[in-house]
Amino acid sequence: MLSESSKSRIRDLFPRYPEKRSAMLAALRIAQEEHGYVTEEAMADIAVLLEQTPVQVYETATFYTMFSLQPVGKHLIQVCRTLSCALVGADSLIKYLEQKLGIAVGETTPDRLFTLKTVECLAACGAGPMMQINDDYYERLTRETIDRILDDLKRDGRSSLATGPFLIPLQMA
Amino acid sequence: MPTYEKILLKNMDTPGYTGDLAAYERAGGYQAIRKVLKEHKPEQVIEIVKKSGLRGRGGAGFPTGTKWSFIPKDPSRPKYLCVNADESEPGTFKDRQLIDRDPHQMLEGALIAAYAIGAKVAYIYVRGEFALGAQILERAIAEARARGYIGKHVFGSGVDIDVWVHRGAGAYICGEETALLESIEGKRGLPRAKPPFPAINGLYQQPTVVNNVETLANLPHIIARGPEWYAAIGTLKSPGMRIFSVSGHVKRPGNYEVPLGIPLRELIDEHAGGVRDGHRIKAIIPGGASAAFFTPEHLDVKLDFESIAQAGSMLGSGGVTVMDETVCMVWAAYNLMGFFHHESCGKCTPCREGSSWLHHILHRIEHGEGRDEDLAQMERLCGNIAGKTVCAFGDAEVAPVLSTLKHFRHEYEAHIRERQCPMGEHVGATHASPLPG
Repeated sequence: MLSESSKSRIRDLFPRYPEKRSAMLAALRIAQEEHGYVTEEAMADIAVLLEQTPVQVYETATFYTMFSLQPVGKHLIQVCRTLSCALVGADSLIKYLEQKLGIAVGETTPDRLFTLKTVECLAACGAGPMMQINDDYYERLTRETIDRILDDLKRDGRSSLATGPFLIPLQMA
Repeated sequence: MPTYEKILLKNMDTPGYTGDLAAYERAGGYQAIRKVLKEHKPEQVIEIVKKSGLRGRGGAGFPTGTKWSFIPKDPSRPKYLCVNADESEPGTFKDRQLIDRDPHQMLEGALIAAYAIGAKVAYIYVRGEFALGAQILERAIAEARARGYIGKHVFGSGVDIDVWVHRGAGAYICGEETALLESIEGKRGLPRAKPPFPAINGLYQQPTVVNNVETLANLPHIIARGPEWYAAIGTLKSPGMRIFSVSGHVKRPGNYEVPLGIPLRELIDEHAGGVRDGHRIKAIIPGGASAAFFTPEHLDVKLDFESIAQAGSMLGSGGVTVMDETVCMVWAAYNLMGFFHHESCGKCTPCREGSSWLHHILHRIEHGEGRDEDLAQMERLCGNIAGKTVCAFGDAEVAPVLSTLKHFRHEYEAHIRERQCPMGEHVGATHASPLPG
């Protein structure tokens, strides 16, 4: 079930569009934020709100990679595996993450803190290897920075190593 | 190193530039839209942009002014501007920087474009993963709205232009303009059959223009400095500056803004610092993963739409990926086919099934299980994909395969003959692209 506050966040988007269905992706994102993944009940609620059939919501949710229909760990680690990152060592970092977390790609740690996935190009090619954890990008990764990031996340829930507004190459001051 | 006057990257390369509205206005921002609203009718803006020769920076390179001129003048139909900020072409990371570091430049361009085509609403379709970019855009829009630059009677004129951020949710295909429209309508991002083109039946079946972020960022400068100034930069048919994203085995990967038409060698050696020490270039992708591979023989090809096409590839998104001699070309094609297989939307059978077949065949060749008939089989498959799909994705996915087969066929043959990758434990060999299922 979607909470009233999620429902009202979704309704707030309606004036932006001539058709309610256009709020679909935002609605699914809001549902995912509330439960950690998109539940069947939430999809049914979205269908009612957007005046669509449940299957219209379901077919959309399953098309886009950012929606998860199963629970994931608190920190969803997505490592880019596409060419430019692979050229600068993404594969060895993926292996390192697997060893460090004790899980394979696609799995979640038993404490449900981390889920590890590989993803396609995230438009950070010049700053690879890189990973996205929840909303944040982490770039120019090494084993040392990965250690620090995971420690930060375990301790504080966030890490100062996340990338800010993107600029590459950085200007020399 | 040849240096050029920066245009799109100028503000953000100024130390201390924050990218907020005040900073943008101090740098001369929002003067072009004021001038347009005061001095020009929409048709005149279209003429100015036509005269500048500006061509779309998303990939196809279609002349922007011409694209706008297809919008019907019928006042009874609402018009829409959609900003394509779904930057997803592997090797490309310029729009992300334009959004993060100078969002108002693009917003001003969007206002100019919306005015020119008579759109009262613009949607900025930002790829879902750009959470920070979406937040920066939301903030910039709020600033502009508070000043009366967005909304009713923009800049005190009689013109209404609303701008909204619409976030994607992870699907490369939504960068294809009709898939993008489907996605804004809240559906799966499946490209539409064309015609009708978006200019006639686009978003909500109304006349729509879809423009790339970098395309729009050019507009304030074209208005401020004139179409003649712009047309004089670059080449006759490919005028203007272009931001190239350079990645891979170079010393200084990054976004470099240069006039169209400089040699590929200059971009790689002078701007991106050249290939890493002790290595030599083996292959270059000049325009994103959808562009055919080049070899060192192509280093003197000029970076403009025509020259690259003539040399057998495409300027595309401006994403330049450099690979040195440590890279196995079968693996590189296999890696990219993993991408295309994953991202094929599934609408057209040749692309959906073909990308899977190609991925599987490349997988077995790279892993020492290639068969003698595989190369001919892949060529046949590519012939049954390219040109036989609703959108350009089909053409894109065959480019890495056909171009590596053309330039590096001996590597494929060696894999099959030796029943292993002759390069052994090369870069990327372990986690290349797991086959789904």
